[in-house]
Amino acid sequence: MADLIDGAATEEAAPQRRLSNAYQNWYRFSRNPTAVIGAAIVIVCVLLAIFAPFITPYPKDVGAMVNFRVRHMPPSAAHWFGTDDVGRDILTRVVFGYRVSLLLVLVVLGTAVPVGSILGMLAGYFGGWVEIVIMRVTDIALAIPPLVMALAVAAVLNPSLVNSMLAVAILWWTWHTRLVYSITRQLRTQEFIEAAETLGASKFHIIFREILPNCVSAIAVKTSLDAGFVILVGASLSFLGLGIQPPTPDLGTMVSSGASFLPDNWWESVLPGCAILFVALGFNLLGDGLRDLFDVQEVR
Amino acid sequence: MEFLLFLIRRVLWSILVLVGLSIVIFVIARVVPGDPARMALGPTATQEQVADLQHKLGLDRPLIEQYGLFVADLSHGDLGRSLLSERQVTADIRDSFAATFELVVSTILIAMVLGVPLGVIAARWKDKWPDNVVRLIAIFSAVTPTFFLALLLQILAGYVLHWLPTTGRLTHGLDFVPDITGLAVVDSLLRGRPDITLDALRHLLLPASALAAATMGQMARLTRASMLEVANQDYIEASRAFGIPDWLRTVKYMLRPSFVPPLTIMGLEFASMIGNAFVVELIFSWPGMAAYGIRTILQKDLNAVMGVVMVSGVFFVVVNLVIDVLVGFVDPRIRIRGAR
Repeated sequence: MADLIDGAATEEAAPQRRLSNAYQNWYRFSRNPTAVIGAAIVIVCVLLAIFAPFITPYPKDVGAMVNFRVRHMPPSAAHWFGTDDVGRDILTRVVFGYRVSLLLVLVVLGTAVPVGSILGMLAGYFGGWVEIVIMRVTDIALAIPPLVMALAVAAVLNPSLVNSMLAVAILWWTWHTRLVYSITRQLRTQEFIEAAETLGASKFHIIFREILPNCVSAIAVKTSLDAGFVILVGASLSFLGLGIQPPTPDLGTMVSSGASFLPDNWWESVLPGCAILFVALGFNLLGDGLRDLFDVQEVR
Repeated sequence: MEFLLFLIRRVLWSILVLVGLSIVIFVIARVVPGDPARMALGPTATQEQVADLQHKLGLDRPLIEQYGLFVADLSHGDLGRSLLSERQVTADIRDSFAATFELVVSTILIAMVLGVPLGVIAARWKDKWPDNVVRLIAIFSAVTPTFFLALLLQILAGYVLHWLPTTGRLTHGLDFVPDITGLAVVDSLLRGRPDITLDALRHLLLPASALAAATMGQMARLTRASMLEVANQDYIEASRAFGIPDWLRTVKYMLRPSFVPPLTIMGLEFASMIGNAFVVELIFSWPGMAAYGIRTILQKDLNAVMGVVMVSGVFFVVVNLVIDVLVGFVDPRIRIRGAR
């Protein structure tokens, strides 16, 4: 953080120091078991999702395949996670399900994080009526449960992947606005902001070059923690039948359709459920680890 | 006096949020879908039928006027008629809300009764094994999907071990209607039927536990963090020097100020708890708002859906109001600051 303040004066020494900073960060990161385990899980899930068609044993089972000869098979060497009620390989569908979950995370956080952060900085820096309007709207949006909102959107539009993304994203920015707002308010009165103002820096410069870099670590921690929760909300939606529609593989849908065969055919819903837990755990541990690493207290 | 000022400010603010909420709901219900009448009647309805319903619902008037009517109705508790059941939405929701309320209150109780002591234990034995166990519990309870946990609990405690009933609110065939407050546990006590109370509690335990897990973990984490923050304060050091016993210091001087952040956060988290309550109610066939909400969503019954959203929002605002007042009681610093 400190190097942002005196950055101009020591421009020449900067690259070298930045390198050692990066090394230091990496060293501290690698000593933090929570962060490393979390990062490893996230990387595994992302790689699985990207290379799904090449590594899954039965890529054809993604669609509306039916193979009744092997329906309800318990986990075995041929089908590690067993098969479902129409004989599709569950492992294959779980791996493809990660694609949907991670796409949801990407779209929701890709819109919610920039929007929420910019609104938070504007409200925190300008104060006055800008602050009143933005923060009051945020409070109102917070009063609506995201899952209930998603249900309402699903009712007005039709249940589909795009609409559930829209429904989740439409409320998600609020948390980022609150977080960035509280940091910005603390920063506003600090000397380096005052100095930049005195030097005649534009408001744009102050917000994006002075304030934003100081929020980045908190935003990163929050985003990582959020990714897990976006996956959980998305899975809940499809569990209720209001998210992505079959036959596209989705982890929430798989848990719900497998539930009717519990407890005898436990693998049909328990293993997809564990898969959701696994990826959410990864993002959560990563966020926790990053929080220790950056030492940001603002993020819960 | 200053507490009264704080209260007034807080209530006015809540009203403002509710007005905003009504605008949001109005926009979703009346503006986004294009034509709610066409949606309700389906593609086979004739143009006259649609125009007729439009007129009946006031959809042929300007938007501002429609919003005025909407708010006027809302102010005396009229959310319009359900397009399908033809009943007042408020009546439909009133029937189911008590069950949801009972579930949510039990959930909060479980989350606090388990979460706070876990946090205290973790803080007291920081970085020792109890702390690590609590951390593990907190992380797993946060990342386990609520519907998955609900399913697992239902299967394990219900079908495999036969400990607890797995569906519904009361054992089927019991002749008892909670007609005083609508809460089965309270009403059965008021009517002097402790056997029913026990039955209701047994039905509550599984769904409420499934719903409580996430909040409980969050509570434990936050209580731990704020206990540790308080532990660094001078007055704790002073109390140690005075020889005040360990347990007394922990409970009286550390826990009370540490209680505020977890409580406020729980208020905000309450929104996601209502959302998850929908899933849990569905799994345990709990006759609450969720069953109603989901049925009406699938049938595109917009008035009913918006009623459910509105009631959820009001529930959230009221709970947060109560929490803020509670926090003001626990921590006088906040009500003084809040009143200014």
